[in-house]
Amino acid sequence: MAAAKDLEVQKKRAVQSPEESTVPANMFVPITDIFETNDSLRVLVEMPGVDKQNVDISVKDRILTIEGRIDFQKYARMTPVYTEYNIGNYHRRFSLSNKVDSSKIKAEMRDGLLTLTIPKSEEAKAQRVEIS
Amino acid sequence: MVMRFSDPFEALFALQKQLDARLASDWLGNSTANSGAYPPINIFQQQDDFVAIVELPGVSKSDLTIEAKERTLRISGKKTLDYQDNASIHRRERLAGSFDRTITLPINVDPDRIKAEYRDGILALFIPRAEADKPRAIEIE
Repeated sequence: MAAAKDLEVQKKRAVQSPEESTVPANMFVPITDIFETNDSLRVLVEMPGVDKQNVDISVKDRILTIEGRIDFQKYARMTPVYTEYNIGNYHRRFSLSNKVDSSKIKAEMRDGLLTLTIPKSEEAKAQRVEIS
Repeated sequence: MVMRFSDPFEALFALQKQLDARLASDWLGNSTANSGAYPPINIFQQQDDFVAIVELPGVSKSDLTIEAKERTLRISGKKTLDYQDNASIHRRERLAGSFDRTITLPINVDPDRIKAEYRDGILALFIPRAEADKPRAIEIE
């Protein structure tokens, strides 16, 4: 890898949705990386402050929905004196192709980073053809 | 049980208000690099003491160094992305790199009693105000 470069702050992006939520909370689009390995699709979602119990992952009609809720109670009785970022829940959706098997998603949460491993369906795996 | 939403969100609104007022605030004034420095920090007051909350998603605890000296706090470390070899990237938004940020607090703190907690990608630093700095009630003789 290249020499360590200085990190920059990535500004949080609010969810743009035609509906409004019933509670006046912020909703952010979590920063996400998606990559494909030989046998699976990996989705890495950054949701700082979200405990693994407060993550909801669902797939319906090939739409993957990821939701993370933060615990606002932790901020009770604290008065902000200096702030650089805002807090809120996370929400993001992706449409999945039929080349992955969404019934076998594995999820892992660590250091505020959610990792989803979605195995490829058998027919989507690359077949190596040997020349006889 | 009926859940009351208003209480937790009050904290959020206070935060929003503070964000809006930040330009007018002299807290940390010139003592930190301009906003935009990584990692972003929020500082809260809790009774006499302060709590700094820092978002560091995907950074492991072992890659994080915190130093305190007098009024200065230094947070440094690195964030790495763990891709497998031969992975093909569909979407790449996360950034990797190193960071080193120093903040100087406008109060006297007790560096020996600073406590750090790291959980779910959030670093919380509990910064106690120095005893000598606390206001004292004065008895009239």
